[in-house]
Amino acid sequence: MANNIDNVVTQVKYTAKDFASDVDVKWCPGCGDYSILAQAQRSSPEFGELKENIVWVSGIGCSSRFPYYMNTYGFHTIHGRAAAIATGVKLANPKLQVWVATGDGDMLSIGGNHFIHACRKNVNLKIVLFNNKIYGLTKGQYSPTSEKGKVTKSSPYGTVDWPFNPIKIAAGAGATFVARTMDRDPKHLQEMLTRASKHTGLAFIEVLQNCVIFNDGAFSHLTEKDTRPENVIYLEHGKPMIFGANKDKGIMLDGLNPVIININDGVHSINDVWVHDENDTNPTREFILSRFTEVEGLPTPVGVFRKFNKPTYDGDYHHQIEDVIAKKGKGTYEKLMFNANTWEVK
Amino acid sequence: MAKSIQVIDDVTIRFAGDSGDGMQLTGSQFTDTVAAMGNDLSTLPDFPAEIRAPAGSLAGVSGFQLHFSSSDIQTPGDAPDVLVAMNPAALKVNLKDLRPGATIIVNTGAFDTKNLRLANYNTNPLEDNSLSNYNVIQLDLSKLTLTTLEDLPLSIKEKEKCKNFFALGLLYWMYNRPLDLTMKWLETKFAKKPDIMEANKRVLQAGYNYGDTTEIFTTRFDVKPAQLPKGTYRNVSGNEAIALGFVSASLKSGLNLFLGSYPITPASEILQELSKYKNYGVITFQAEDEIAGIASAIGASFAGNLAITTTSGPGLSLKLEAMGLAVMTELPLVVVDVQRGGPSTGLPTKTEQADLLQAMFGRHGEAPVVILAAQSPADCFYCAYEASKIALEHMVPVVLLSDGYLAFGSEPLNIPKFDELKEINVKFETNPEGFYPYKRDENFVRPWAIPGTPGLEHRIGGLEKKDVYGNISYEPDNHEIMVHNRLNKVLKVADFIPEVEVDGEAEGELVVVTWGSTFGAVKEAIRNVRENGKKVSHVHLRYLNPFPKNFGNVISKFKNILVPELNLGQLSLLMRNQFNCDVIQFNKVKGQPFKVAEIENKINEVLGGTNGK
Repeated sequence: MANNIDNVVTQVKYTAKDFASDVDVKWCPGCGDYSILAQAQRSSPEFGELKENIVWVSGIGCSSRFPYYMNTYGFHTIHGRAAAIATGVKLANPKLQVWVATGDGDMLSIGGNHFIHACRKNVNLKIVLFNNKIYGLTKGQYSPTSEKGKVTKSSPYGTVDWPFNPIKIAAGAGATFVARTMDRDPKHLQEMLTRASKHTGLAFIEVLQNCVIFNDGAFSHLTEKDTRPENVIYLEHGKPMIFGANKDKGIMLDGLNPVIININDGVHSINDVWVHDENDTNPTREFILSRFTEVEGLPTPVGVFRKFNKPTYDGDYHHQIEDVIAKKGKGTYEKLMFNANTWEVK
Repeated sequence: MAKSIQVIDDVTIRFAGDSGDGMQLTGSQFTDTVAAMGNDLSTLPDFPAEIRAPAGSLAGVSGFQLHFSSSDIQTPGDAPDVLVAMNPAALKVNLKDLRPGATIIVNTGAFDTKNLRLANYNTNPLEDNSLSNYNVIQLDLSKLTLTTLEDLPLSIKEKEKCKNFFALGLLYWMYNRPLDLTMKWLETKFAKKPDIMEANKRVLQAGYNYGDTTEIFTTRFDVKPAQLPKGTYRNVSGNEAIALGFVSASLKSGLNLFLGSYPITPASEILQELSKYKNYGVITFQAEDEIAGIASAIGASFAGNLAITTTSGPGLSLKLEAMGLAVMTELPLVVVDVQRGGPSTGLPTKTEQADLLQAMFGRHGEAPVVILAAQSPADCFYCAYEASKIALEHMVPVVLLSDGYLAFGSEPLNIPKFDELKEINVKFETNPEGFYPYKRDENFVRPWAIPGTPGLEHRIGGLEKKDVYGNISYEPDNHEIMVHNRLNKVLKVADFIPEVEVDGEAEGELVVVTWGSTFGAVKEAIRNVRENGKKVSHVHLRYLNPFPKNFGNVISKFKNILVPELNLGQLSLLMRNQFNCDVIQFNKVKGQPFKVAEIENKINEVLGGTNGK
């Protein structure tokens, strides 16, 4: 048992079908969750893990029905606690690859505490947050990611609270792999899941997901073919941050301020464009990137914001156990009970 | 001058001083020495919730009581025979508890105007004759200590800190106990601080010599070893014993132990103790909150560990929803509740038995769990072991109730041999043939199929499950079947636990029914009233849900059933409900255990001057 789980190089060749359970899927027709499920099933064969070693843990909410539909081990738990329960699973058996399926309410509202502490500890979990910016299962109240002023069933005059930025929280709390993707971009979603599966440490993926009933179209400017190029920037390691229908817009860093430039305007060139470095040792640029969604006019970044390696909680914990065993010898009942100040009564 | 040695049966000593005076340490050193001499013993610390209340104040008084004897004893003693009072506040707080004629050793060095004022004394009690009913021994411990250490290169403050060892040395002399265990302890403890070690050793010896040479003391006392059952003993506190019980269950079952916990008084010592046992493969996850504590344990249980969580009342309240998940998913889990005075923050360092109904009924829906309660510090070992065995063998959450009195109290544990511990039979399902996650055996127990097992991939969760198959089911009939399945599984545990034993006649005028830590005081009280010719029987419950099978029948043979509890009648409520019986309640909610005398008086009152036939 080590930081890097002994990835069994399996001879078993899985297909997406092997990861589909026999349970009828019961999300609303058109729900973005269907795509996330399909991409998870398609990418699972690439995770390099035996099926029986994969565990999906979830909390409560539409997204949290996810484990029932995956033919792996699964645990549909209680509201907000998925990260804590998954931590227990991982710590008890570090050989398992443990995934968390959760939503914006489940993980950022009631489960916020568990989320930040799992990130802080760098528990080797893969957290997939389905962000639809609404409470779906309870039928349409605002969530902690709903934009300010949003009119919902519980905010008929608009919300007065500011939303959370999931990427910023994950990065700030210490997640070692932070990414964003979209339900409507299957290839990219698959790539993000597969890359998360290979990361050792807490991997966090925010999936922008459409709730067709209570928040339909929340991300359509990002997901629709005609508007996507102008509004989404794909982060690719080592590549300049270019976007736009004509691939002529770039992000330039003016000090710490990101600005949009036209690389063909004769003043600027491709050389002025910020080159994405997902392995940046300094988190400053990760935070600048995370703020794009809070700044009017900037495109929404998708892809891996940043990843880095540091010892995992479960890895270090089991190392410590091994170290103490090496030092003190494996514990026995005799040592446990008879080592203190004992006395005999004859 | 020759001093006589008088042999006595038992003695109760209380050490009291400022929180910073080292009273707990002094008491535990005396305890270890007494234990090694073969006495039976029982201890109880009493300390404030504040770590260091202002020096000299009434709020800052910390006490440690030790009862040791040449016979079998069950309590730390009602009324101390000896009080060591390090300052006026310690005297003021503890005086009312002493037996008439008790010996009081006071540190006169601390009886200055400031300390007297802090203790709300208008006149100095050492001078105003108010202590004339006691045998008061006045010593300036501070000065005696400083004089002893005159030539050592330590600060006055460092030297003064040794004064508790002067008192300890003196008491060792008074009760004819050797110094060597404490000397040895000092050598290990201060191996890297030779000056401090030397100072404490010198002061300890000086205290001893002081008794020997001065004329203040004419008599020493001796308490002969007790006739305890033969075996190897160690002294354990309740919290320590719980930790040992779980590690033993882990060794016996072959499963790794996982504790998910959040520190809380008075349960934190279980977490601290278990965190030492890494080389036993024990995982202690100090979680971000109480809920994460139990949640992580449930995850570990799903993954195949012996999973436990430890807490006190406020924490149990937070864990209740997750306990419901463990009930629903039928995973083994032990929840330890070291009860304290409630509600809310209540009396964190004081004892109470008021969480029984929370353990029994606290969850939403029909969510039965197995409940055990420990009766003494040493019994905590067996209860933790037993709770693990039941949880694992019946795939059920088990609540183990302890309390602050047991947690910090201590007594000797006759250490069982490993093969004397009951077997724990754990079977992980591995065969995909005919596997269904909610298919039950004859005891209503479902299979435990852990992640990592090929071919048994399945999903569990908090939604109602289809009987046998385990898929989500909202069918009305199925829900009713499953509610009964979960209840029947808990009730079936009654087939596997011992029946209650009656201490005394099997029928008569009066039976006293106890649960948890009231066992000791009641046992001693009954022994005392029997010596006066009264007939009283005693039934103690270690299992509160389900009740032992014969319990209802046993109590039906008595005209009166007396139930003393440190709450307002929680077991009484359960008994009335289940057996439709009349119960005489005897309740106390002062954050303190019952005194033996209180129980004796109540028994006499119920018997109304008769001898109980």
